[in-house]
Amino acid sequence: MIKKNVLDMIVIDNQELSNNYFLLKLAPVDSSQSLPYAEAGQFVEIRVDKSPTTFLRRPISINFIDFDNNELWLLIQKIGDGTKALSQLKISDTLNIIYPLGNSFGLPEAQKSKLVLVGGGVGVAPMLYLGKVLFEKGYTPDFLLGFRSSSDIVLMDEFKKYGNVHITTEDGSFGEKGYVTNHSLLNEPIQKIFTCGPKPMMMAVAKYAKENSIECEVSLENTMACGFGVCLCCVEKTTEGHVCVCSDGPIFNIEKLTWQI
Amino acid sequence: MADLRVEINKLKLDNPVLTASGTFGYGHEFSDYIDLNRLGGYLVKGTTLHHREGNPYPRMAETPSGMLNAVGLQNKGVDYFIENIYPICSQYSSKAIVNVSGSCIDDYVACTEKIAALDKIEAIELNISCPNVKQGGMAFGTCPKSAEDVVAAVRKVYPKTLIVKLSPNVTDITEIARAAEAAGADSVSLINTLLGMAVNAETRKPILSTVTGGLSGAAVKPIALRMVWQTYKSVKIPVIGLGGIMNATDAIEFLLAGATAIQIGTANFIDPQITVKVVDGINEYLDRQGCKSVNEIIGGLIL
Repeated sequence: MIKKNVLDMIVIDNQELSNNYFLLKLAPVDSSQSLPYAEAGQFVEIRVDKSPTTFLRRPISINFIDFDNNELWLLIQKIGDGTKALSQLKISDTLNIIYPLGNSFGLPEAQKSKLVLVGGGVGVAPMLYLGKVLFEKGYTPDFLLGFRSSSDIVLMDEFKKYGNVHITTEDGSFGEKGYVTNHSLLNEPIQKIFTCGPKPMMMAVAKYAKENSIECEVSLENTMACGFGVCLCCVEKTTEGHVCVCSDGPIFNIEKLTWQI
Repeated sequence: MADLRVEINKLKLDNPVLTASGTFGYGHEFSDYIDLNRLGGYLVKGTTLHHREGNPYPRMAETPSGMLNAVGLQNKGVDYFIENIYPICSQYSSKAIVNVSGSCIDDYVACTEKIAALDKIEAIELNISCPNVKQGGMAFGTCPKSAEDVVAAVRKVYPKTLIVKLSPNVTDITEIARAAEAAGADSVSLINTLLGMAVNAETRKPILSTVTGGLSGAAVKPIALRMVWQTYKSVKIPVIGLGGIMNATDAIEFLLAGATAIQIGTANFIDPQITVKVVDGINEYLDRQGCKSVNEIIGGLIL
């Protein structure tokens, strides 16, 4: 188990990527401190105080860790008061995080055929760091990223550094038109699928994987209060009963879930 | 450095800072964040005679300065605790107190008997106030007669320190506190969560799967403080105060209102190091106020 740290971080950059998404780059306030290692698929809990409606921390998946520059990247979608407050952070602002939390994606012993990393919307976030980890093991990941429209596409140049990038847009404004599950890449031999995104998308991906006997892991985001397995609020019903998404997950093999697919 | 030791009947604590059941897991989940031995003690999560799956998801709604939960006492049962958790608890010098929950008197008694056999568990907290289980739980804690019945039955089989956790979802909490005292409780802890509700206006649906749930967090502090004060004046046994304690100042307010010890609950989710910060903060306060012992401020409200 990787030790969980409570860290004060400073904002290095906060970049609006589109109407919906922003990329927050953080470094430890104590610049002599190196970011501890985190595994692909893990997340952080960010404290967003200053408002009575942001009482609890916000769980945000790790988008990327740049160990050379000691930077943690978080790709965030503006949804509620918490994420909107984070989008307003200025360079040199500080915030407190718990890092890293949760389990991680299972990495194959060897690459035999395609490793497909399917991200939808802000769910593309953990795929970048996962892609980097796979790339560093000598594998070639295939990113299959789905967006509503070309204007939502984010971090393309970053993804391209670590593997092949395939895009779908619902309106056909870029890449193949339709959903990720319609993409021609899925006709090729696939060893394993890793996916994160809206639940209907992940269920469609999981269904495809199940029908084609492909190993598949999904990243869940059930509403949580603590992030480390004590409040028991974020439970997912599994073959072993209720388990916490924050500490037993967020990554689950679809065989363990009780989804009706 | 003031003397922080307090006593809840036979239970001797190094300091008055405890954790609230259901917010601190089994304790060891916090070992990355804090030295558990620095706490007066910790309440392990609600334990029942049998395994409970708890309520369906969603179980949580964030509300202004607080949260609602509807966990429903999910736990693996008392035997699991004894076999797998008790050996871990025994490694810490900090006192582990087991929160015993149930849905009928026989279950409370049977669960308590098993815990009574554990040498290193010096106290139990009898939960007669859970708002999230259909049968039992809060039902026992909202009527003096049923509270008295369950406390008396457990008292017969439990010679060590018996704390009874009270529900705020009553007209007069002091009436229930006196019933618990009369039935032999050594201490009362209050408050459990306040029954509440959250709605999603867009979907027109309740946010919690159970529709209603228990409110906790900073939002409930004034109510908890009032109830601790009223109860302190109404019973002779020590009162343990909890409800919305977010920092050392909040904790000190509860001590002044008459709490001999305090529990930190929801704040653990937001700052997993808050408990030790509260211990340090109480100590600093006592030094600043020129107090040699924390006992000097318990019930020390100046009217």
